[in-house]
Amino acid sequence: MSDVLAVADHRRGELRPVSYELLTAGRELADALDGDLHAAVVGGNVDRFADKLDCEGVDAIHTVAEGSEFNHDVTVAAVTALFEALDPSAVVMPNSVNGLDYAPAVATRLSLPLVTDAVALDYDDGLTVTREMYGSKVETAVAVDEGPVALTVRGGEWPAAEGVGEAAIEAFEVDIDESSIRSTVRGFEEVGAGDVDISEAEFIVSVGRGIEEEENLELVEELADALDATLAASRPIVDNGWLPKNRQVGQSGKVVTPKVYLALGISGAVQHVAGMKGADTIIAVNTDPDAPIFDIADYGIVDDLFEVVPELIERFES
Amino acid sequence: MKILVTVKEVAAVADDFEIEGLEIPETYLEYDLNEWDDYAIEAAVRIAEDRDEEVEVVAVTLGPERSEETIRMALAKGVDRAVRVWDDALAEADVLDPTTTARIIAAVAEREDPDLVLSGVQAADDGFGATGVALADLLDMGWAAVVNDLELGEGEASVRRELEGGVEELTTVDLPAVLTIQTGINEPRYASLRGIRQAQRKELAVHSLADLDLDPAVVDDALTLTRLAKPETESDATIFEGDPGETAAELETVLRDAGVGAE
Repeated sequence: MSDVLAVADHRRGELRPVSYELLTAGRELADALDGDLHAAVVGGNVDRFADKLDCEGVDAIHTVAEGSEFNHDVTVAAVTALFEALDPSAVVMPNSVNGLDYAPAVATRLSLPLVTDAVALDYDDGLTVTREMYGSKVETAVAVDEGPVALTVRGGEWPAAEGVGEAAIEAFEVDIDESSIRSTVRGFEEVGAGDVDISEAEFIVSVGRGIEEEENLELVEELADALDATLAASRPIVDNGWLPKNRQVGQSGKVVTPKVYLALGISGAVQHVAGMKGADTIIAVNTDPDAPIFDIADYGIVDDLFEVVPELIERFES
Repeated sequence: MKILVTVKEVAAVADDFEIEGLEIPETYLEYDLNEWDDYAIEAAVRIAEDRDEEVEVVAVTLGPERSEETIRMALAKGVDRAVRVWDDALAEADVLDPTTTARIIAAVAEREDPDLVLSGVQAADDGFGATGVALADLLDMGWAAVVNDLELGEGEASVRRELEGGVEELTTVDLPAVLTIQTGINEPRYASLRGIRQAQRKELAVHSLADLDLDPAVVDDALTLTRLAKPETESDATIFEGDPGETAAELETVLRDAGVGAE
């Protein structure tokens, strides 16, 4: 058997986009292994999810109707039982917050090697996983010895599976031991509500770690005023409490789609890029010419923002 | 009450660096306390300061002797003592499966028998983001990943988990538990001079794998590093050259063409 099991991600009644990307990654791997692709969905409206997951290339879908929302204890039990029943060569899980909340436990329970945050999978006599280190500055390849493996894949790296498949949809019964449930989801809360909705902004001046000190924010605020743009920030600025959470652009913050995104002192970590890559024009000012932000920028200045910004303010104020 | 905090000294690469084979030469690396662990340390020390009962905070790390400098920073910030695990077998491993790391830390945790384990969400260097949850499962504890708010109650912890897209999940977890701590949960303190002095006198125990009754073969996991490379740049950005006056002028043109600053 050389099948692949891919586990879908959902939240508040919706499958998350990475679920469809997982199917593509899983299908590629199943093709290389000459096996079937099994999809699984645990919790929520599993029948509706199963219909949606029935994309081209999916051979079977297993539904585990346990709970309305994601619970890692339930998911670990379900995925582990499914793995034991199907005996696949790989289990592919999302490298999402919830994926990272259960995938490591699936790996330990099944004694599988675990490689997280995969950006590419290559199979040639054995599996090699491409991933990144040092904040995307280094790319590594990790070979996995023979035998089954647990993987989590980064969102946005594989195209979403499409089309309509002919998967057999089957309910999978898991005997969940109540005493093994040690966490309970009490609810959800949207954060970052406030006076400004950066997701609606037409022009954004966004600032990152390169601003160095809180008092330097004043300079960037001055620029935003001069440009009549909205001020936003990357994660470290919000973590430091220098700007409120509703200004944060990125995976855990807001997704923005302005006409112009001016990134000042932002290196361009993958989590940040996820929130702003949809901007029409991306401009980056950064001292490091190899900063990943330049890979997605349309225009760039490799220089100190403290040198460039005052010049720019002067030009727009005069 | 005892809190175990997992900490790691991580390497950052310089802006300009070279790769030699499967290694980055030391001259291009700078070492520091993992950012996520700094927040985990702060969370632990605050619990110790806020509780009426006696709380001991113990840091555990896997790292060579060099990493003691970083571990002393944790001690200077209020951690009571530290345990460092190192072994020739670990020195030789080029990449560690996060479950292997968790297995080694679990051997320390079993001896320490903590009521709570705090771990950074991920390490800034290898970024596996998996050690904390793997550790919880090996210890048969409850857990919560990516925690950005924490309140300890009787026998349980109420946490907020930071999900994607500005959504937080409110969850309760039975104690003992492992919580992986996200940046922004608090404001990590700077080590005071007094703290730095005191840290020199705090216990920093060193254990080999054998000391923990672990077979060195534990590090012979299924993962092997086969390639280390700078990612191919896909940049097709137009880079403005010149002094700040010149580059700002070019930038002004682009901005005005896009409609910025138009009344």
